[in-house]
Amino acid sequence: MEKLVLTEEETMLADMARGYLDGAAPVAKLRKMRDAGDTHDAALWKEMAEMGWAGVLVPEAQGGSDMGYAAANVLAREMGKTLTVSPFISSAVIAATALRQVADARAEAALARIAAGEATYALAVDEGIKFDPEATQMTARADGNGFRLSGKKQFVVDGAMADRLLVLARTENGLTLFDIPADRAGVTRDRSNMIDARDAARITFDDVEATGEDVLGQVDQAMNVLKPALMAGQGALAAEMTGLAAGAFDMTVGYIKERKQFGVEIARFQALQHRAAHLWCEIEVTASAILNAGRMMDADPENAALAVSLAKARATQTATLAVQEGVQMHGGIGMTDAYDMGFYMKRARVGAEWLGDYSYHAEQVAAARGF
Amino acid sequence: MSAETTPDAFRDELRAWLEENCPQEMRDGKMTENGICWGGKNWQFTSDAQKQWLERCAARGYTVPTWPKDYGGAGLNRAQEKIFHQEMDRINARKPLQSFGIWMLGPALLHFGSHEQKLHYLPPIARGEIRWCQGYSEPGAGSDLANVQTRGEDRGDHWLVNGQKIWTSYADKADWIFALVRTDREAPKHKGISFLLMNMEDAGVDTRPIKMISGISPFCETFFTDVKVPKDQIVGEENRGWDVAKYLLTHEREMISGGGAGLSGGGRALGAVINDTMEGISDATLRADAMRCEIDSLAIGLTLERYKDQAEAGQGAGDASAMLKYMGTELNKRRHELMMTAGGSDALEWDGPLGNRAGDWLRTKANSIEGGTSEVMLSIVSRRVLGLPG
Repeated sequence: MEKLVLTEEETMLADMARGYLDGAAPVAKLRKMRDAGDTHDAALWKEMAEMGWAGVLVPEAQGGSDMGYAAANVLAREMGKTLTVSPFISSAVIAATALRQVADARAEAALARIAAGEATYALAVDEGIKFDPEATQMTARADGNGFRLSGKKQFVVDGAMADRLLVLARTENGLTLFDIPADRAGVTRDRSNMIDARDAARITFDDVEATGEDVLGQVDQAMNVLKPALMAGQGALAAEMTGLAAGAFDMTVGYIKERKQFGVEIARFQALQHRAAHLWCEIEVTASAILNAGRMMDADPENAALAVSLAKARATQTATLAVQEGVQMHGGIGMTDAYDMGFYMKRARVGAEWLGDYSYHAEQVAAARGF
Repeated sequence: MSAETTPDAFRDELRAWLEENCPQEMRDGKMTENGICWGGKNWQFTSDAQKQWLERCAARGYTVPTWPKDYGGAGLNRAQEKIFHQEMDRINARKPLQSFGIWMLGPALLHFGSHEQKLHYLPPIARGEIRWCQGYSEPGAGSDLANVQTRGEDRGDHWLVNGQKIWTSYADKADWIFALVRTDREAPKHKGISFLLMNMEDAGVDTRPIKMISGISPFCETFFTDVKVPKDQIVGEENRGWDVAKYLLTHEREMISGGGAGLSGGGRALGAVINDTMEGISDATLRADAMRCEIDSLAIGLTLERYKDQAEAGQGAGDASAMLKYMGTELNKRRHELMMTAGGSDALEWDGPLGNRAGDWLRTKANSIEGGTSEVMLSIVSRRVLGLPG
């Protein structure tokens, strides 16, 4: 395994990404989109594809940059700092990882479209209020040579805008993952009005036709394809949330250095210094778990589950702390819509739930550590 | 065992050596106070195996694996060091030797000492022949360490040292002491301190153990009355001892923080430790608290690894030790609180069914005080990392 230190290439990638995102996708961009009711920036995604980000996990033969999971996490972390709106995790990480588990011409063509920025994906797994793929109720009934999909999904992140859906459904002897176009007959998408102003949808499947071609991997064996994809998504989301924490932290430290009360900058008060220092320590510790998860996914994905759940649990905890401290240290102004801190707080809450909350991942860690 | 040896070859060779040379009795991974070999002139080995294990390791440089061979080490690089610890953990081997000479004075001497001093002082540390203690804190110099008042008067060929140190760990058992002594009373407080080495057998050195809440007396008061210290027993330059002191503190802090990550002693999971006591954790609140502690413990352990890897890659963050010390020790206190809860009333007896669990628990309360309090660590991070005004 590579060491727990960023390589020169990864450091350059992070610097480059930061430079690009500060200009192309600052928090002000999210605010503008929120105010306009937009949840997708097609031009931004096209540029990301041109820079090789959409194809970060796509083999070079399919036009990808194939940089690996640690690199994908570097990108996700930088996007977290500026709350960049993009289908990066859904398409470039989750869908690309799922498709890579399947070695056929159809999957290769799909990967090529992801890398080119021509197709976006959303993962439709959740049916209840909590992440629990094993509890899937939605059915895919055998019908001739194909299937009929019926059921409801919710919190389908990027589901309102995605071109294609990865849908988990119950077949006769297990779970099966389908890859279908989002506009297929019988699919009804209702965009959710999310607190983080990002794309998510409730989707109803009413006797939707699917062929054997639409099955990703083997019938009844969804987890062979889905598990690595979920782990990849959880790792990248954890990286995004750690970036989010760092972004909220930088903003907060910047503010307390400027804000004056009692005639001095409030950063002179030890009560605030120690809160800020503690938060920095937590972010540093979480950054280690993120780097480790990326390294494990690259080196030994079969055994990366503990590392990924550790990263997601820590990132959830740290991002939650960062935004709460951020608002508190900003004071009243942090509660206003005019300041950006609220955007960080709302995205942190959505990230905390997506792909398994703290408790879900704590249970995974506990199971792996003999509790 | 050169740096050119491939990692696999190194591992194979090491594994074979350990198999042949590590006595069975030393493979219990014991990290309790009783299992430690501290070495020193007055050391009483607890078994023949303990003596044998120390001697065999010392002969190979394995008591201080990363020190240069000239000074008693094995000259291992970072990759080899990782393998060394993995292989030791694999067979649950005890550390052959632990001491403040290894953790603190050694790194400071390697950095600031002259070649002669290194040759003179380091090999006896590596062989476990000389045991050192640390003379830093004083009654009026705790968090404000640079306020030390123990003074050394220049008497030509020696300093005449008078004063008092406190919290001198194991001063009553140590052979030598490294101490911060004020050699210029006119200079600003950080600029008048020298780092001196003193023989505890010298006339005028006196120690008095302090009984602690854990029931034992690892800490002492140490008194110096007209102690003559030859001029060649200074590390670094005269009145520049604060540089040495700070450097050494970063090593001390990393050492203290490591205890909290639960990585030493084979990295046993807290859940497993608690399971032993409770035969399964039926208490949902305790289980949840323990899971949180385990998550933080794993992440802090990875952070220790990351900082070592960064240091080796030349990306060292000098003040990272303050962060590690703060996070590691606060975690260790949480961990021991949970172990006390898991132990229930069994944990409330001295030397009861759970051995010294209560003593270990009480001992951890010092972790966030010794080597710089948690509050001092946060102030260091605030000033030096975040650049907040002092």
